[in-house]
Amino acid sequence: MSPCFLPVQNKQVKETINKQVEPSIINSMKILVCISVVPDTTTKIKLTEGNASIDIAGIQWVINPWDELSLTRALELKDDASNGINSVTVIHVGTTVSEPVIRKALAIGADDAIRVDAEPVDAYFTAAQIAEVVKKENFDIILCGIESSDFNGSTVGGMIAEFLEIPSVSAVSDIRFVEGKPALVREIDGGRENITVSVPFAAIVQKGIAKEPKIAAMRGIMMARTKPIKLYQPSAVEPLTEVVMYEKPAPKAACKFVDADAPRQLITLLQNEAKII
Amino acid sequence: MEDSKLLKSGEFLVSEISSDTMFIPEEFNEEQKMIAQTCKDFLEVEVYPNLEDVEKSDRELMKTLLKKSGELGLMGISIPEDLGGFGQSFITQMLVAETTGAGYSFSVAYMAHCGIGTLPIMYYGNSDQRQKYVTKLASGESIGAYCLTEPGAGSDANSGKSNAKLSEDGKHYILNGQKMWITNAGFADTLVVFAKIDNDRVLSAFIVETTYPGVVIGPDEHKMGIKGSSTAQIYFNDVKVPVENLLGKRGEGFRIALSILHMGRLKLGANVVGAAKKAITDSVTYANERKQFGTYISSFGAIKHKLAEQVIRTFAAEAAVYRASADIDALLAKLTADGGDYGRAATEAISHYAVEAAILKVAGSEMLDYVADEAVQIFGGMGYSAETMVDRGYRDSRINRIFEGTNEINRLLVVDTAMKRAMKGDFPLFAEAEKLWNSMEKAASPEKNGESYFEEKHRYIRNFKKAILLCIHGTNTTFGKTIVSEQETLNNIADMMMATYLSESLALRIEKMEIMKKDVSLYKDILDVNVHNAASTVRKAGLDAISSFCTTDTCTQLMKTIDELTKTSCINVKEARRRIADKLIADNCYKF
Repeated sequence: MSPCFLPVQNKQVKETINKQVEPSIINSMKILVCISVVPDTTTKIKLTEGNASIDIAGIQWVINPWDELSLTRALELKDDASNGINSVTVIHVGTTVSEPVIRKALAIGADDAIRVDAEPVDAYFTAAQIAEVVKKENFDIILCGIESSDFNGSTVGGMIAEFLEIPSVSAVSDIRFVEGKPALVREIDGGRENITVSVPFAAIVQKGIAKEPKIAAMRGIMMARTKPIKLYQPSAVEPLTEVVMYEKPAPKAACKFVDADAPRQLITLLQNEAKII
Repeated sequence: MEDSKLLKSGEFLVSEISSDTMFIPEEFNEEQKMIAQTCKDFLEVEVYPNLEDVEKSDRELMKTLLKKSGELGLMGISIPEDLGGFGQSFITQMLVAETTGAGYSFSVAYMAHCGIGTLPIMYYGNSDQRQKYVTKLASGESIGAYCLTEPGAGSDANSGKSNAKLSEDGKHYILNGQKMWITNAGFADTLVVFAKIDNDRVLSAFIVETTYPGVVIGPDEHKMGIKGSSTAQIYFNDVKVPVENLLGKRGEGFRIALSILHMGRLKLGANVVGAAKKAITDSVTYANERKQFGTYISSFGAIKHKLAEQVIRTFAAEAAVYRASADIDALLAKLTADGGDYGRAATEAISHYAVEAAILKVAGSEMLDYVADEAVQIFGGMGYSAETMVDRGYRDSRINRIFEGTNEINRLLVVDTAMKRAMKGDFPLFAEAEKLWNSMEKAASPEKNGESYFEEKHRYIRNFKKAILLCIHGTNTTFGKTIVSEQETLNNIADMMMATYLSESLALRIEKMEIMKKDVSLYKDILDVNVHNAASTVRKAGLDAISSFCTTDTCTQLMKTIDELTKTSCINVKEARRRIADKLIADNCYKF
């Protein structure tokens, strides 16, 4: 297990390319979708006194949009019986406050859920908790959103893979099965990279993985009542980060318009005011 | 709600309930919130991106949208599980009606299908009819429509000329007639058609499939608003309707039509709350972006006034909507406790709350007209340019005052139904009114020592009710049997009743929110302004009403009493409205 953040995952991916996946594994594959619970995107963030934390009073919590798309794609893959997906599980590290959002993931169609009962203090802590659960529950495909719309750390997915010493593929915009093998598409500078990978692996997905998040149907909402949410106590992991204080970004300065006939003025502003040239 | 606390329809005029027995929207459970979210997601993903095309009267597109909502299960909300639905409570049905109410034309098509298109068969159909038709309507496999209005029979629905005669072999009714303003006509599969059998005085109802020979659908009407909803005439030319498709009993059609209208009025009351919230969000988003004189227009007091009033009226209407919904659920639970038929019990519970249904319909539709109108005003020229959502919202809003019974008919129903129920013995309206009349000099409830904030508000509302009772007594004793001709005065009393029901519901809602330990300081601003507004509505309508029946002997005292009964303490409503607007402006969307 390595807590390092080095970009080693691509090397590992190359090593696994073209390896044949065992048919027995394919027929009973388990997908785990990591769910982050974030404030609704219209929330005006307020800080508590002394700027020590975010004031969560009145916040409406939702599934992180990237994770919701991951879940949607996982369910699409499961819907096609030829892909051999046995189950889609969602996992979340968080307190009981998150239960309604987890229940929504179940309503959307996840078969079951796991909640690690702890404040997700930082990305390292969260990834370590999820990795500990995966070691016990054995998932074949782990999907993580490329970022979460609250802290946008973009590190949990890669860390999970490192903890588990399995391949991870970042910036995934498509997952499908070609001739029984997981085939992934990565968005890279100037094009796309097509990758096949053997299980188990972690895919860190970006928007585009699914067209729109799947809407919870009435049937799903009713069934979510009885689907299990398994509770795990957190493992002993020390977070690596300490929050000193929160600060709101300075308000944007007024936009200055420069007449098209006065390019010199623009240059002066860029040099002396914006100081970018 | 405990049985003892369940008021009968209209009984609020002479009784009070405590806030802890009233259901408020802040009590929606996790599942109800999830259902509402599904409706919102559906509008965002499927409806809004297609509105432009739907508005070009693309019948197929609207039909596709309806089918998609059916795939999500949204057409089975009101239908029991044994008929393929999800058996949701009336409160949840109203929550769905509210949320989908933000869907412009789609909302009308969807509600027509789920309500008037489906529920007559659900409520009055026999087991075979329910199995054959309701299951398909609940899944969206077939689309429903309701055919009551005729060219010569609008508000006077029983005067329709459509006719059905039993065929010689006794196997069919031969249906002839013409129906108009039929929502979903362009793509409906199943119609509920009202017609008189032979020379009957009253209507009967029939289930008619649009594939039956002789059913002819006219072209879509060109309308002011809800342009995406298919509205057309339907002609029935010697249509052979199987005898087993008679809905309910022969001659029961008018009763079916009325009970479905009560249901439609309640759902409309919820619909308009959703539409208003959407218009408010559009209003504030624009006011926060539009700059004039170097500053955002949302910072101007005149705009804040509009934004705050939009919120106050919407929040109050919402309180009333769920209060009435919970009453219906409570009555329905009583009626089905001994295993009675759910459909019949549902229609009985809904029809019972006819006074509240008419109040929600009229007050709600006029609330939305205000909100939609001010939304256009906040947008200024852009609001008039037909390129924004508020233009569409303004045009779509207008029909709400016309369909499901015009507001004129419904205002009369508010008062007439309450009086009829009182005469039947449901509550002591006339005795209380007479008692008050005989001691009108000291009618106003006095201020109590150390009165709390909510006690003060409830005292004002109690006084509004007394003003209503005086007007009812004066009108009733003066005009007697000719009271039905006194439409203007009955309208005055209806206005007083609506303002009072909404204020009371709002006060109880906010009082309960405080009990639930919510921060209600801003909500007290909402209540302050609402009660201030209601007092002037009750006073003005009360004075208008008494002027129609008072004599030189009673006039001065009556006017003085109305003044006393509508007196409220002075509050700075300007500052209260500004604080409400400031929250809206900071949130940049409706979050109350």
